[in-house]
Amino acid sequence: MLDWIAALFLLAGAGFCLVAGIGILRMPDVFSRMHAATKAGTMGLLLICIAMMIKAERPVELIEPLFVVLFMLATAPVAAHLLGRAALHTRVPLDPATTADKGAEAFASAPERKHG
Amino acid sequence: MTPIATEVGGVLGVAIGIAALMLLVSLVATVWRLLRGPTGVDRVIAADLLAVHLIVLLVVFSLASGVRAYIYVAIALALIAFLSTVAFARYIERAHGGPHA
Repeated sequence: MLDWIAALFLLAGAGFCLVAGIGILRMPDVFSRMHAATKAGTMGLLLICIAMMIKAERPVELIEPLFVVLFMLATAPVAAHLLGRAALHTRVPLDPATTADKGAEAFASAPERKHG
Repeated sequence: MTPIATEVGGVLGVAIGIAALMLLVSLVATVWRLLRGPTGVDRVIAADLLAVHLIVLLVVFSLASGVRAYIYVAIALALIAFLSTVAFARYIERAHGGPHA
């Protein structure tokens, strides 16, 4: 029975990773590609680590996949945030179907802020 | 025929084979975006997703082979894989005269 549950979580996680790959290939512009890659990839890793925890035999084997997920959840948003800001500052071309771009435009065309 | 050699039999072994095949297809799509990517940000996103796929494959391979050491590699990679993405993002911003120029 546990094998079936673990197999289900494993296939769901691999499916999320596949969605991330298809998304980064098929989405029209940088921001929608980032949307597909960052969220679906993290979700796939979470589900596969749950499958690993279901098959654990000792308590320490529960902790290790948990650490993988925790570190990924802590670091992935930092990378995604900085990438999004870099994309805004370099004024990457948006998909023509984009309608709500007011805030982004204000941010990208704002005068250079002085730090310190 | 499975793309990964499993020590696990039964339904979980079949599931590991199918999952490895799906991850392989996803990796090909990501590498295609890494090579094509119209802008530099696209390529950095693809490289970031490649690192996530590497961590996922390490966890799957640890499950398949029963060797616990692979998951320690996955822990270390999950901790430091975002550093290269952060460095590339800062570099792209600086090259275009962003606030950190």
